Amino acid sequence: MTPEIVAQHGLSPEEYDRVVTIMGREPNLLELGIFSVMWSEHCSYKSSKKWLKTLPTEAPHVIEGPGENAGVIDIGEGLAVVFKMESHNHPSYIEPYQGAATGVGGILRDVFTMGARPVANLNALRFGAPDHPKTRHLLAGVVAGIGGYGNCVGIPTVGGEVNFHPAYNGNILVNAMTVGLAPADRIFTSAAAGPGNPVVYVGSKTGRDGIHGATMASAEFDEDSHEKRPTVQVGDPFTEKLLIEACLELMATDAIVAIQDMGAAGLTSSSFEMASKGGVGVELELDRVPIREAGMTPYEMMLSESQERMLMVLKPHKADLARAIFEKWDLDFAVIGQLTDSGRMVLKMNGQVVGDLPIDPLAEASPEYDRPWVATPDKPEIDPASLAPPADPCDTLRRLLISPDLCSKRWVWEQYDHMVMADTVGRPGGDAAVVRIHGSNRGLAVTVDCTPRYCQAGPALGGAQAVAEAWRNLTAVGAKPLAVTDNMNFGNPEKPEIMGQFVGCIEGMRKACRMLDFPVVSGNVSLYNETNGQAILPTPAIGAVGLIEDLDRRAGIAFAKPDQAIVLIGETAGHLGASAYLAVIEDREDGPPPPVDLALERKNGDFLRGLIQSGAVSACHDLSDGGLLVALAEMAMAGGLGARIELPEAAAKAPLHGWLFGEDQARYIVTLPEAAPLLAAARAAGVTAAMIGTTGGDALNLPGGHTISVCELTAAHEGWLPGYMDGGR
Amino acid sequence: MKAAVIVFPGSNCDRDVQVALRQSMGREPVMVWHKAADFETVDLIVLPGGFSYGDYLRCGAIAANSPVLREVAARAAKGVPVLGICNGFQVLTETGLLPGALLRNADLKYVCKDVHLTVETSQTLFTSRYESGQTLRIPIAHHDGNYFADDDTLARLEDRGQIAFRYCDRDGQVTPGANPNGSRDNIAGVTNETKTVLGLMPHPERLADPLLGGNDGRAMFDGLVEALS
Repeated sequence: MTPEIVAQHGLSPEEYDRVVTIMGREPNLLELGIFSVMWSEHCSYKSSKKWLKTLPTEAPHVIEGPGENAGVIDIGEGLAVVFKMESHNHPSYIEPYQGAATGVGGILRDVFTMGARPVANLNALRFGAPDHPKTRHLLAGVVAGIGGYGNCVGIPTVGGEVNFHPAYNGNILVNAMTVGLAPADRIFTSAAAGPGNPVVYVGSKTGRDGIHGATMASAEFDEDSHEKRPTVQVGDPFTEKLLIEACLELMATDAIVAIQDMGAAGLTSSSFEMASKGGVGVELELDRVPIREAGMTPYEMMLSESQERMLMVLKPHKADLARAIFEKWDLDFAVIGQLTDSGRMVLKMNGQVVGDLPIDPLAEASPEYDRPWVATPDKPEIDPASLAPPADPCDTLRRLLISPDLCSKRWVWEQYDHMVMADTVGRPGGDAAVVRIHGSNRGLAVTVDCTPRYCQAGPALGGAQAVAEAWRNLTAVGAKPLAVTDNMNFGNPEKPEIMGQFVGCIEGMRKACRMLDFPVVSGNVSLYNETNGQAILPTPAIGAVGLIEDLDRRAGIAFAKPDQAIVLIGETAGHLGASAYLAVIEDREDGPPPPVDLALERKNGDFLRGLIQSGAVSACHDLSDGGLLVALAEMAMAGGLGARIELPEAAAKAPLHGWLFGEDQARYIVTLPEAAPLLAAARAAGVTAAMIGTTGGDALNLPGGHTISVCELTAAHEGWLPGYMDGGR
Repeated sequence: MKAAVIVFPGSNCDRDVQVALRQSMGREPVMVWHKAADFETVDLIVLPGGFSYGDYLRCGAIAANSPVLREVAARAAKGVPVLGICNGFQVLTETGLLPGALLRNADLKYVCKDVHLTVETSQTLFTSRYESGQTLRIPIAHHDGNYFADDDTLARLEDRGQIAFRYCDRDGQVTPGANPNGSRDNIAGVTNETKTVLGLMPHPERLADPLLGGNDGRAMFDGLVEALS
């Protein structure tokens, strides 16, 4: 084995020495390929493991934490929610439609592999600057790919977020999340058991696509990255739909011992992980693998990332039952091997042994690095008074609402079927989407959130803020937040500054998850998001799920009717560091992120949730990017109804632009018929609340005679993204 | 009344229409697998939305040649009412049970949103609970909903009152701006000559429950139950 071949497989010389020690000999090319993918960053989490372990993962309602295909939480009444988020960044940059489509397919399989019927998809997307020549092409392709896959499979895509920043010019982020529902006592896992039990391959045939995709996802990009296009897989959502139905049908019987989808590193990682988790050996006869084209080598079969494939271990004598179900759905079904008690993975082709590796030593010797890191320096505060006040706050508002990050994303989500399954109670565009639990009056609230510019300015605060905002999104619709999945997107971890961002974000997330009783039950790490040495903003995307016990007691963001009192809950200091206001209006990205007081977050959120659950509230919106005035405008636009805004006495403490556009955390706006009872209850609970106006009319009226019509705001807010995309024609 | 929902591989609104039918009928519809060459006698056959056979080749084209469709066509010829929603509409035009064809949306993008429809005629089994000229709000979700028929066919459809729904604005005005997919004359749904087969792109089953944000679709199912019981 030459050093060149070892390097092509992404293994360092030290790692290769370890391979030889484990094997007791030089590996052959097939074996080297298997080590390569199993030890890739993508599959082994070698740079991140040390830190991921510090996240809180336990709570009484957690059935499965990280380590399985997806996290599982108990929601009572015999049901469990199964969910996870996963990145498909590198492939989506190279081939946006198929990259994004197969990202959706992969995360769906992670969820239904565990026995859950998927009920909602979400996504978190980051693109480069709007004026970068590739941005339109990438955005159009990714959105079409997500829609093309999710729409066909028939799972509603109900929520997400889209940001733009030059730091993503060479590395876009496509993070896809799936949420499913399963009987709590019938969760399927991947730990194989029972030597002699058949190993069964189902789904699509294996082709030559995606070979070494996991290795690609573990390296930086350069000018020649487009040459990696053949490593991107091609999705077939129709087969995925059949696979979902066939697997769920088989899962209703008692035939399955263990099941695992073939994701990154395909047949290698699925068979290896099943055997490793179950402490058994496995023997595969590769000539039985259904293949798409003749002449495929064992190396290609083991490393192919062809989509829509699953591996199962069945109970003895259940193969015929399973075969009948898969034949009904016109899917391939092949017994390709059996479990053994040898503790080894033995691969045969035409009766010859072509690979023979020890399972536990390979898994246990998987590298784990404590990479050097340096903390991101703190940024100096920005005094709002040092910034020139806007001449007309309404014009400032309009400019914010047509900025790429704050504009309406309707152009995106109208390309996603967000209503199929007829349970979407809270559609895209709110704080969190709400999906009814089929056949009941309970609902799941789901959201994804992250503010990368905060994470760049202060990773620990940014990490805490991402978790807090996801928690707030769920709270603002009236849901009890239950658990989190994370998708950690960072640059090259071998650079101490990047590793410092990772460590900082994890620290903030840990604190927030602890304080908010919000365990992390699944996640994914995507490193090496760099092109020509330019890293992305640190982006720990947080996906979260909450429960609404009574769908008649929830809140939406739309102003529902006139003459409602508008009340601001939470404290406003006018923090403008790292804010949308600073970026859009002042063209500056400096300053620290807003302070995150987790105790205050919890107090205000719990108070607000009680208010919504009591049925007292006619609308609610949490405050985030762009602060108070942007939130008010979003409520007005959603309801097609204006408001008259007055400044409470407390507003005098901050300059007007700090008060209107500051991004202080732990705040919500609610509307209700009478403010007084709420203000009294807030006082009693020690929560800061102030009446700031009344709904009505067709314009937003601000103090000082400033006014802007809701129609005009809506036209501007809705117009930017379609106009931008049309500009590419 | 008994109803059957045909389930193709790739159908994904079969459960949704099953729920809507159950709500109006007070009993379960029969779910019929695409490989069935025969199925029990029913008063209504529904072809649901989705991506039958992946919509490979052309939307609805493979389903139009499936074993079960021969039986559906035979029953339609005998006057058994057939409702095709979205992909079901595409299957019906591919089968020739309805005139015209559904092309790719004019802007080439998939679109999912609520649209407004004007009821062109209440004189059908499917629209008896609506008023002619009534404005409905019903969602669409399709990539290929751009209804096309040649001039002669369109004139015939008009003359015989076969146009069931057109896209309109919220005030009921049929305008180019209210047309979400470029369909000719804003057509959203058509019937056969005897008005026993309806195909429409919008999904009435998706807004047949106030919790989902509207109930305008329910009257189609209630009307069918009333007419066929």
